[in-house]
Amino acid sequence: MTTPQHPVPAPDPHSPDPHSPDRAPGGTSGGASGRAADRPGGSEGTGREGVPASGSLPVEGSAPGVGGIGGVAGVGDAAALDARLVVDRGAFSLDLALGVASGEVVALLGPNGAGKTTALRALAGLAPLTGGHLRLDGTLLEDPAARVRVPAERRPVGVVFQDYLLFPHLSALDNVAFGLRAHGQSKTEARAHAHEWLDRVGLADLARSRPRALSGGQAQRVALARALAPRPRLLLLDEPMAALDARTRLEVRTTLRRHLAAFDAVAVLVTHDPLDAMVLADRLVVLEHGRAVQQGAPADIARHPRSDYIARLVGLNLFRGSARGHEVTLEGDLTLTVADATDGPAFAAFPPSAVTIHRSRPDTSARNQWPVTVNGMERHGDQVRLDLVGPLRLTADLTPAAVADLGLHEGSEVWAAVKASQTRGYPA
Amino acid sequence: MGGRPWALVAPAVVGLVFLVLPFVGLLVRAPWRAMPQLLSGDTVWPALRLSLTTATAATAVSLVLGVPLAWLLARTEFPGRRLARTLVTLPLVMPPVVGGVALLLVLGRNGIVGRWLDDWFGVTLPFTTAGVVVAEAFVAMPFLVLSVEGALRGADTRYEEAALTLGASRFQVFRRVTLPLIAPGVGAGAVLAWARALGEFGATITFAGNFPGTTQTLPLAVYLSLQDSPDAAVALSLVLLAVSLAVLLALRGRWTTGAQA
Repeated sequence: MTTPQHPVPAPDPHSPDPHSPDRAPGGTSGGASGRAADRPGGSEGTGREGVPASGSLPVEGSAPGVGGIGGVAGVGDAAALDARLVVDRGAFSLDLALGVASGEVVALLGPNGAGKTTALRALAGLAPLTGGHLRLDGTLLEDPAARVRVPAERRPVGVVFQDYLLFPHLSALDNVAFGLRAHGQSKTEARAHAHEWLDRVGLADLARSRPRALSGGQAQRVALARALAPRPRLLLLDEPMAALDARTRLEVRTTLRRHLAAFDAVAVLVTHDPLDAMVLADRLVVLEHGRAVQQGAPADIARHPRSDYIARLVGLNLFRGSARGHEVTLEGDLTLTVADATDGPAFAAFPPSAVTIHRSRPDTSARNQWPVTVNGMERHGDQVRLDLVGPLRLTADLTPAAVADLGLHEGSEVWAAVKASQTRGYPA
Repeated sequence: MGGRPWALVAPAVVGLVFLVLPFVGLLVRAPWRAMPQLLSGDTVWPALRLSLTTATAATAVSLVLGVPLAWLLARTEFPGRRLARTLVTLPLVMPPVVGGVALLLVLGRNGIVGRWLDDWFGVTLPFTTAGVVVAEAFVAMPFLVLSVEGALRGADTRYEEAALTLGASRFQVFRRVTLPLIAPGVGAGAVLAWARALGEFGATITFAGNFPGTTQTLPLAVYLSLQDSPDAAVALSLVLLAVSLAVLLALRGRWTTGAQA
């Protein structure tokens, strides 16, 4: 199979031997840092499936750059994407340092107007940087100071837009073939490859449909196939699930997760939904007012949010396991009872506010209960966030009054319980 | 719904009558019986054929030059863009006769450009069928440019951005994304331009003259026969009316469904 060649962007004046963006991820010198390098080989080689012993999704301390506010944490020569995105537009300014390894998925999370979409457009080349730099696979794509700017159409970048922007006058097949043809493939060749891609996202029988005839979930998958078909080295997803209803979200999240896990280059995802961010990304970057206020593995941020805002935003206990009906079995033979019945690989999730703390084993109907030790306590607004260690690592939100009543302190041994009705199950 | 204020309805009805009544008059006073004889003369069919071919050619010229011009005005920023836009609309407000005189001064055999065309290529435009096309395109193209420019301004540029991120060059984006998206606007503009070209009189008679078979289009034939045979003029007018109505109805139906499809 021939791979469409991305044109090599303008030569990097600082590097005598610029890497082609098509270069295999392993080909960059020094190897990738962080998870990408630690990932096991073999069929599970995409690595993000790896479930830590505790059953909680993100591997502890494994994400590069935990907690490095605004800094280029974890970024060495090995970062496939090395950027400092500076966009100054008077009233609004973005200044975001971003280093992402090959195979890593980073989510930009933040409220509306935080600069997420601006960052994405700058990465795609749709909005110019006013400062900083952007380097992908060792090739300089943009550096205003050096007057280097590779235009959008010559960047090896694929974008899944918020409302997909499938070309309404082209069939699903020709939408996917569009990028391949733009990269010089003949019509028949491009269509054959586009067909393979549609097959990969499970839409081969809708190849001839116009975008208008597709459901939201189908359109999203066509948009994903279209973005991936020219084999970009940087995949950008702008609120990939914002336009979907709750039911379709589950299905699309699962598809998206599978494809992101199989994607060997850099993926950057913009979302305002912490669940999407936690399920899909290896690392979160929380943006506020154009600045990164916290970044790290999702669970680390949930445990130690730096602000009340982040505590509210990234408060979720998320576990991966295998579901049978309402029971999700995690590693270590722990079982969580969840409200939604699913089968097969699944996520179980509940907010910190759903966790109740008891001094002794609670005599309730709650089936999800475990003895835990208080590992840390942090006050956020009118809540205290507890970091609990036990068979599961949990975060819990309690009122200061409840903390006082229970006489909690670091090291306290207590029981934690969660009602099944407040525990959601999602197919993974 | 509900109340229709008379202050609006009354002038609206008067306006409608004003626009329709002349056609009714044409139909009522038409010499129906003499029609076969009037239309069998050797003026009608050459003039009709010439009108249709030149109007179509002028529309083609307008499309080839006008769509890129509309793109330039709508999608790029250059010094003097506003002035250029004003100048493009000038033929709309200028009397066509003035346009014809201006064309003669520029493209006539001794004109600023026409002299070179004659010397270098042996091309002479005035008083030829090609001259008719030039005169018609001159008056018709602004309609197309304005219509396409409007469509371009209304089109969602994010589709073009999506095409860019897929690696398409700016020209590929225009050809494969922009143009299909604004097709209804281009179609509407082409119909307007065609209709304007079909009815063109002043610029044509000034620049191309009135030679039966080569430059005498149907409107010119109507005007001239009015001098000596008013019945023939009415008959010719009816032909022109029928043709424009038929073509406009056919194309309009097609483009309105095209816009929804």
